Amino acid sequence: MAMLEVVETEKALSFENLVSASAAHPITGYKAYTLGAFKLSRDEYFARIEWPAKGERRSHLIPADAFLRAVMRDVAWGFFYGWVNFDHVFGTRNLYGKVDMYAGTFNGVLKAAGVDYTEQFETPQIMATFKAILHDWTNAGFDPFAAPSETGTAFGRKHGDNIEAIERFRVATRRMPGLEGDSPLRDDLPVNRHFADVSQDEPEVHAAEGFEGQLHAFSLFKYLSRSDVSWNPSVTSVCGASLFCPTTEEFVLPIVHGNDRIEWFLQLSDEIIWDIGDKDDGTPRARITMRAGDICAMTADIRHQGYSTKRSMLLVWENATPNLPQRYESGELKPYPVEF
Amino acid sequence: MTMSTQPAIKIPSVKTEVFETVFGSLSHYTKGSIELVTGKKSHYAFSNIFEVAGQSAPYEKIVVGLNLGYVIETLRAEGTSPWFTCAHDEFVISVDGSVRVDFLKLDAATAQGDGTQLAGELPKGRPMGYVLLKRGHQALLPAGCAYRFEASVPCVLLQQTVQGALSVEKWADICLK
Repeated sequence: MAMLEVVETEKALSFENLVSASAAHPITGYKAYTLGAFKLSRDEYFARIEWPAKGERRSHLIPADAFLRAVMRDVAWGFFYGWVNFDHVFGTRNLYGKVDMYAGTFNGVLKAAGVDYTEQFETPQIMATFKAILHDWTNAGFDPFAAPSETGTAFGRKHGDNIEAIERFRVATRRMPGLEGDSPLRDDLPVNRHFADVSQDEPEVHAAEGFEGQLHAFSLFKYLSRSDVSWNPSVTSVCGASLFCPTTEEFVLPIVHGNDRIEWFLQLSDEIIWDIGDKDDGTPRARITMRAGDICAMTADIRHQGYSTKRSMLLVWENATPNLPQRYESGELKPYPVEF
Repeated sequence: MTMSTQPAIKIPSVKTEVFETVFGSLSHYTKGSIELVTGKKSHYAFSNIFEVAGQSAPYEKIVVGLNLGYVIETLRAEGTSPWFTCAHDEFVISVDGSVRVDFLKLDAATAQGDGTQLAGELPKGRPMGYVLLKRGHQALLPAGCAYRFEASVPCVLLQQTVQGALSVEKWADICLK
């Protein structure tokens, strides 16, 4: 299952032969990409997505900064769970080995008009293409993993690149960070400016003689205060298929996530507002305000997008059990977690 | 002298940005809300862990998150807990205050099945040591050990485990409806 394993995105570049790219545009300097019947290009301001429907070419524009933030998450998460909507039109659905790319398919109006389009790709092909797009379209000074006030602009003609920023991937933790042979703590990373007031004290661990190394504790809030990315759930404890994936959030979640299973959010600090819509057609269902200590379920039939003015700490709780999508889709499991 | 039609621009003095990170506590939390368009509020099972801990008995393991058998439980740590044990790894995070966790390497790890179990009044085993957790600190509760919490001042814990005999569900009492 995707989240328990290291996301093998690094290998994607060895699939370069799967990427269909044009020569750099003589004026903007950016390459355009073809993925099946989709064409993806960018100019100074926008990413442009084109697809065929009803015998015509259809198109959709997304501001380049929003597009790069979204594709960054999709790549770093290995297409994540379920639907990763870049916006109300375009996105991907993870089928774990294959990925659907769609335009308008989960937009009620476009779907009803029959102008939507979906095409399925083998994961290595779409991953290689998305990585190539990130490499080419991310300019020097723009970090698509950062909040807007932390980074430079995505706009303009091609100028340099930012390979370092886009080579950060989801931390894979087997049991708990800091254990021998497990993912590292973040003592080497600086404290984020929004978390300057968060205590950096570590817990005291007093192991009795003969049990050295068997007790383990760390400061989770310190660890989160040093997260160098926003909106990037990363595993910090593993109890069977139960994964605690806390993350630090600032500005807007760059995707609208429609999960193929139930997930839970526990707000650890500050405040996030979630826009909740219908998973299939996008119509609004609720707006949820979560403050420190609030916990709630994101049901399996919705899509959500969060807004966080101050960088905040959020615990995302996932159940990585395989075959859950089929069990929710078949109706065996209800979309909500409890009835009372 | 250069003439200008533009009014003189006053540049406001830029204050150094100071950010206050807001955590919750037993004595101070501000619960959020659901602005519903369609559907049922209860489907989101929305509660606040500090409110839940404030309304529960010490070390009562209240389920605040349930995902097909896996749970997040909220406990109010106050005084000394019973000895607990579990057949699989569990994790605890202090989200308000200080707690001491003592560990025993059980002579015979008896726990079977899922979730936290009581380890008895005086479980037989060798003391492994203890950890002192403050707010935001997380500890591993390793499979097959016994552990006990101690808090001189009430404190709120989150536990990541599997639903077990000690898990208490009272959704209607804790969730927005």
